[in-house]
Amino acid sequence: MAKQIKARIIESLRLTLGYHKLLLSAEGITQLARPGQFINIKVCQDYEPLLRRPFSIHRIKDAYLEIIFKIVGKATELLSKKDQGDYLDIIGPLGKGFWIFDSSAWVPILVGGGIGIAPLLFLGEYLKHLGFLSIVLIGAKKKDEILAEEDFRRIGCKVKVSTEDGSRGFKGKVTDLLIKVLKKGSFPKEAIIYACGPRRMLEEINLISKRYRVSAQVSLEEHMACGIGACFGCVVNTRDGYKRVCKDGPVFNIDEIVWNNL
Amino acid sequence: MVSLKIKIGDLKLNNPVMNASGTFGWAEEFKDFLELKRLGALITKTITLKPHRGNPPPRTCETPAGMLNCIGLENPGIDNFIKEKLPLLKKIGIPIVVSIGYLEAPEELILLARHLNSLKEVSALELNISCPNIKTKAPHQRLVSQDPVLTYKIIKRLRRVTHKPLITKLSPNVTDITEIAQAAKRAGTDAVALINTLTGMSIDIKNRRPRLSLITAGLSGPAIRPIAIRMVWQVYQKVKIPIIGMGGIIDMPSAIEFFLAGATAIAIGTANFINPGVISEIIEGIRGYLKENKMKDIKELIGALQG
Ligand SMILES: Cc1cc2nc3c(=O)[nH]c(=O)nc-3n(C[C@H](O)[C@H](O)[C@H](O)COP(=O)(O)OP(=O)(O)OC[C@H]3O[C@@H](n4cnc5c(N)ncnc54)[C@H](O)[C@@H]3O)c2cc1C
Ligand SMILES: Cc1cc2nc3c(=O)[nH]c(=O)nc-3n(C[C@H](O)[C@H](O)[C@H](O)COP(=O)(O)O)c2cc1C
Ligand code: FES
Repeated sequence: MAKQIKARIIESLRLTLGYHKLLLSAEGITQLARPGQFINIKVCQDYEPLLRRPFSIHRIKDAYLEIIFKIVGKATELLSKKDQGDYLDIIGPLGKGFWIFDSSAWVPILVGGGIGIAPLLFLGEYLKHLGFLSIVLIGAKKKDEILAEEDFRRIGCKVKVSTEDGSRGFKGKVTDLLIKVLKKGSFPKEAIIYACGPRRMLEEINLISKRYRVSAQVSLEEHMACGIGACFGCVVNTRDGYKRVCKDGPVFNIDEIVWNNL
Repeated sequence: MVSLKIKIGDLKLNNPVMNASGTFGWAEEFKDFLELKRLGALITKTITLKPHRGNPPPRTCETPAGMLNCIGLENPGIDNFIKEKLPLLKKIGIPIVVSIGYLEAPEELILLARHLNSLKEVSALELNISCPNIKTKAPHQRLVSQDPVLTYKIIKRLRRVTHKPLITKLSPNVTDITEIAQAAKRAGTDAVALINTLTGMSIDIKNRRPRLSLITAGLSGPAIRPIAIRMVWQVYQKVKIPIIGMGGIIDMPSAIEFFLAGATAIAIGTANFINPGVISEIIEGIRGYLKENKMKDIKELIGALQG
């Protein structure tokens, strides 16, 4: 079930250079949303840009919905210039979210690379609500690009940070941090990885999940023309052939994906 | 009350607005956004004889006022389609037009048509001889609909194996669209659908690579509308045959343009991606336009371009 609504912008916030947050009033969508799902936004009335743009649901608070995004092109540029009180035409919630194992036998490890942290806060809060505290690994190139750290801490998650230039936390890739955490092996329970980030990071996580025998779910990105399963444009190669990221995903079990032949 | 009813051969439609092939998923993707039974007819994705994977991603990208796609006819093949998809489509309760295409040889169309001819759930066939996104063994081989002789021959053969209304979908990638439409008419097609996508290409200057996997791809959306209108108008002038017009329709005014140029019916493609309830809005919009202009019947609008 998805809805098309006009969502009012409650707050527009610059996070750090090149990153932005929007808080939307999205009654109707918020009640239906699950972690890992996304919304599809028409950023302007006219043809430039023509198509909607997909954004993960970062957080839900009552009838409010948050997205965070990186400015990379025309649509994200326009979005970052929207003001409080403006309306956005949005469709959501779309796609299949994360599968949640409602059992205390699992320790969730959330791994976000760059803007890939976006869907994981909603997941972390949802898990917290169910009574599970996650370990959260946030990876960034440098320290000002670490996103949502405080939000995770506030809900009591155990947060570790990595930066590629070593300006904060662990120096290196977030996947190396993940290996470090898994190697410690001090879990009394099974771990499950929930990851979102650049393709190369997810490929790495695939290898890690095999090596350490941890199950993992990943949220994928593909170019989307429709976001609702209509165009068959956003496919990813899986063991059962091509699947639509927008409809059959964006979250997939890591074993479903044919990683060496995307 | 205004009447939106039209007829294409033996195919009777409650209104002249349908989806364009390949832009409407399996229809169920749209049920949250509009009442499916309001469509004049539903046109399926193009179905081929064998299941087909389609092209690797990336398959779509945005271009000025339009988009490129190289989906490449991903579909489950005729047998799975009939078993799994057709029964669900039939339940909607509107005419179902099955789009058929070929991958290797145009002869596949004959087998497909024979197969579908006996199914009462199928109201009509749309012949897709204009998909620019299939990798043929000879890459520069022309599409059937780029050649009047091939177009004539295949339709002639199809006419022998099916009584269903036959709509032939034409490619705009030709010098003279009327020549192809004329050939299709002479061979016995009941209608022509125009236009399929225009072949285009886009390059990412950052990595200096083509944006899409197939390199070239089909352009659709508002960017192609003036070309589509021109072609509908040219065919309407020269060939007496019902035209299903499409290419860049996104709202009521752009829909009305097509009727004025001579289309009997219209199909909506790319606009469904932007506004999944758009078909419903366009149907209401047309009704409103007719009322406002004191017309009682959509037929008064067809080809009503003032000189
Ligand atoms: C399910 C899903 C969830 C997403 N969630 C978020 C999110 O929470 N925050 C966020 O910042 N971004 C997210 N994205 C990516 C976001 O949709 C794109 O950054 C955005 O569409 C770019 O639009 P633009 O017009 O600004 O850039 P464009 O001008 O369209 O593109 C600029 C550059 O970004 C690349 N690009 C565009 N779209 C995508 C895409 N879908 N995947 C990969 N590369 C792309 C282009 O190739 C180009 O190089 C998500 C994408 C998907 C598919
Ligand atoms: C993603 C996509 C897939 C398409 N698939 C098909 C197809 O399978 N068969 C076909 O005949 N046309 C196909 N088309 C072409 C459309 O049916 C239509 O002719 C074209 O897009 C122009 O209309 P529009 O500008 O309203 O989209 C496809 C178009 C798009 C954008
Ligand atoms: S974006 Fe159209 S099917 Fe996924």
